[in-house]
Amino acid sequence: MDVLAALMDGFFIAFEPLNLGLVIFGCMAGLFIGAMPGLGSVNGVAILLPMTFLVPPTSAIIFLAALYYGAMYGGAISSIMLGIPGASTAVATTFDGRPMALKGMADKALVGAAAASFVGGTISIILFTAFAPPLADVALAFGPPEEFALMMLAFATFIGLGGDDIPKTFFSIFIGLVMSSVGLDIISGNPRLIFMDLPGFYHGINFLVLAIGIYGIGEMLWTVEQAKGDVIVTKVTVTVRGIIEALKDLRKTKKVMFMGSILGFFVGILPAAGATPGSLMAYGVARTMSKDPDSFGKGNIEGVVAPEAANNAASTGSMLPMLTLGIPGSPTTAILLGGMVIWGLEPGPMLFIEHKEFVWGLIASLYAANFFALAINIAFVPAFMMVLKMPFTILAPIIFILCIVGGFAPTQDMHDVWLMLVFGVMGYLMRKLDYPLAPMVLAIVLGPLAEASVRQSLMMSHGSFATFFERPISGTIMLIAIGLFAWPIFSTVRKRFRSGAYGAEG
Amino acid sequence: MRLAELVMAVAMAIFSLYLMWKSAELPIGWIEGSGPGGGAFPFWLAAGMLICCIWIIVRWAKRLSPPSRSTESYMNAMSIKAFLIGAGSLTVLIGGIHIVGVYVMVPLFLIFHMRYLGGHPWTVTAPVAVGMPVFTFFFFEIALHITLPKGYTEPAFYPLYEYFLG
Amino acid sequence: MRLITKAATVGFASLLALSVSATSFSSDAAAAWKPQKPVEFVIMAGKGGGADRLARFIQGIIKKHGFASLPFVPINKGGGSGAEALRYVRDKAGDPHVIMATLNSYYTTPLRNPGLGVDISKFTPIARMAEDTFQLWVSSDTKIMNVEQYVAAVKKAGMANWKMGGTGKGAEDSLVTAMLEKTYGFQVTYIPFKGGGTVAKQLIGKHINSTVNNPSEQMGFFQAGKSRPLATFTPNRLKVFPNVPTFRELGHDLVYFMQRSVVAPPGISKDAQAYYVGVFEKVYQSKEWQTYLTKKGLLPGWLTGDKLTSYFVKEREAHRKLLASMGEIK
Repeated sequence: MDVLAALMDGFFIAFEPLNLGLVIFGCMAGLFIGAMPGLGSVNGVAILLPMTFLVPPTSAIIFLAALYYGAMYGGAISSIMLGIPGASTAVATTFDGRPMALKGMADKALVGAAAASFVGGTISIILFTAFAPPLADVALAFGPPEEFALMMLAFATFIGLGGDDIPKTFFSIFIGLVMSSVGLDIISGNPRLIFMDLPGFYHGINFLVLAIGIYGIGEMLWTVEQAKGDVIVTKVTVTVRGIIEALKDLRKTKKVMFMGSILGFFVGILPAAGATPGSLMAYGVARTMSKDPDSFGKGNIEGVVAPEAANNAASTGSMLPMLTLGIPGSPTTAILLGGMVIWGLEPGPMLFIEHKEFVWGLIASLYAANFFALAINIAFVPAFMMVLKMPFTILAPIIFILCIVGGFAPTQDMHDVWLMLVFGVMGYLMRKLDYPLAPMVLAIVLGPLAEASVRQSLMMSHGSFATFFERPISGTIMLIAIGLFAWPIFSTVRKRFRSGAYGAEG
Repeated sequence: MRLAELVMAVAMAIFSLYLMWKSAELPIGWIEGSGPGGGAFPFWLAAGMLICCIWIIVRWAKRLSPPSRSTESYMNAMSIKAFLIGAGSLTVLIGGIHIVGVYVMVPLFLIFHMRYLGGHPWTVTAPVAVGMPVFTFFFFEIALHITLPKGYTEPAFYPLYEYFLG
Repeated sequence: MRLITKAATVGFASLLALSVSATSFSSDAAAAWKPQKPVEFVIMAGKGGGADRLARFIQGIIKKHGFASLPFVPINKGGGSGAEALRYVRDKAGDPHVIMATLNSYYTTPLRNPGLGVDISKFTPIARMAEDTFQLWVSSDTKIMNVEQYVAAVKKAGMANWKMGGTGKGAEDSLVTAMLEKTYGFQVTYIPFKGGGTVAKQLIGKHINSTVNNPSEQMGFFQAGKSRPLATFTPNRLKVFPNVPTFRELGHDLVYFMQRSVVAPPGISKDAQAYYVGVFEKVYQSKEWQTYLTKKGLLPGWLTGDKLTSYFVKEREAHRKLLASMGEIK
């Protein structure tokens, strides 16, 4: 019962007027920062970190955690409304969120995303509250071979994301991975693939540049062409009853929500992984579990709910290794960790003993932040819907400008803005020829993690691949990944065999 | 569409070769005792791209993929026009940002798209063309301290910084 | 005066003289120039790393006490081990609204990439804020209590079975490892990870056998009794680790620091330089900064002006030799 008593104390701290105010303000600010293409939780937290010197550390972390939460909710908004993932964690949400919006079901998708985020966040905090110390040991057991196995598992979930054209899907994965290797080879410390000797390539190709290029600029060019100059007006009406209906409908997805939450939480607590692989894997599993996998990618609510539950669960999960071990579970927690050090708090096992009020105040405020983020998000749904009612000739230039400014903001380098335009044009040209682009975007996120972990593992084992199978955790994950890789190939082969050669491609 | 499929695949094959050549600046082979070298990862993946391109070309020759069978044109006059306006106006926007900055180019871009392409009256265009840069300034520069490029118009903002941030 | 006593207690006598002389002439010259727009505070490393934390900490101190009239805005340009930042600042020659937080890649990156065309002796020196220290760490589950046992254990295990974790090849950790190998005549398998925090975690998870972390990176695990420092790469013992010997005490002259300095582009005006020196001097003397240094085992080391430039040049030559002996450069 120690935990409950500590949590009660935490709630007293979280509901102090200053802290409660900061939670609400943090959620609001996060929502807007997350909804802006280009600015995700990482940038939001990094930018607002110094502001927190003006308040005590506990209030500061409460504010930043609320901001982190708000931004995770907000990320879904631009994914659904504009089809542009504001952060890598929200990529999976575009797969079904965007088609839903195009079908005039944006309100359902937004409500679904908000509710799933709430469920994911809540389940994750409960697990966090109850099992933090033992789970910290799980995080420690993850070395490079385990990380690589996890990446393989994430890649295995890609298989379903491509189109029917197998060489084009693989091409998309490969080019994404090659682009992810631009910049620096961390193992040898040498620069690599610095095209035309432009200094802008030293920092590599940022995920956001590719994502905003392809989904923002490329998608808009595509829509401009499809519209052929016509003015598109999406018919949307929002009523309170509609929102309640949408919430009721979500009961059907409770299994998927629960799965996404648990999966997201466990992937989140593993260092280095963070919310992106978590949300992808949840999407992949939801698709596999579904009775109607073909409806995914065409606007299935489960395709929105699963990744959103997972990414919020993972963002809470990633705070676990941060607090208990002082290891960031995601890029955002790396910055939060920096903040804690600056405030004079030592993250790590002693934090739970020496700074109880800080830890439990934070945990309690996460419950509160989750609740407020849900409420604010749903309250704003009608306002977001207004955006969709705007004529396309007003919306398009505004989105273009948000893309340009959003592409500039994270690195503050015009090089990235030009690169984004190139990706936009190429994405548009390739999309017309049925090249699937989602695998490319995901490959650029997972590529660096996969490469570093495989090379570190091989250095540790002196070049023996057996290391991935000898170690119990990595061996198990590897086998699951191989199973997932093999399954679609097996089933396609079988289908083709039955229906005659290449008949399925019609 | 059929021609475009081939051109794209050949262009990407050439690009893959370039990437392989560029990756080979670092060791691409197996380094005894420590696994693959620094260039191996991009090199072999670019080789994978090349194989995919060849595969795409083979499928094109056999007319297996939908675009390779399509008789529709890849770009008709209408879509070329839409594409050139979209991509062209963006190029001008980004190029202009280097010279006169965000706060001159953004209103011009908005006016071009809304007034001249969209045909919206000035009563709609003007508030957006003014509101957008104002919002951008306060959201990015004042609230988040992200300095946006201003080119030659920069000195005009010194008093604003002094007033809002000083 | 408090500054001086602190420096003295740490026993860093040679720098003491410098810091006194530097403080005396830099205090009142700041009035002539001040920034007209937010100052770009370029960081030579990515978000979330040690250098990034320190820069954001400095930014926080400046903001909290209102040391500057316009905000200092951190921008990470960590690409190519800081190559991107170096190129950027070089190209901003004469621009007084850009400053850069440096670490040791300030020397090693231009040495390893001569094509970059960056000569750090041309940059405008602002201030050296501290020197970070290094320690040899093992997991506390091992029976290794001192350096002697450590050396014996490494030799017994052999190169293939002793894994030393650190940051990228050619970066600080690998230099320190190379120094250790040369001094004690053993060889280890060096495994590069992304940042010092990850390295620390790999040690606790027993995926690697030893590290040469900064004290700040291991502090949390150390306090929880999970890791053990064996010796320190400093001339004198650290105040926070009074029981950990230095390598010098053990008879080997192994000393290595990570400098934490601030520089500006080449060719900015004397007035602008004086302004920044003034701002950073206030940061340096703030209670927050001094507390941070002591708690995290950093050494104070205020240095400005030409003395800082000659320090940079001297260190660059030392690193040239180190890298050459490792075969990283010719």
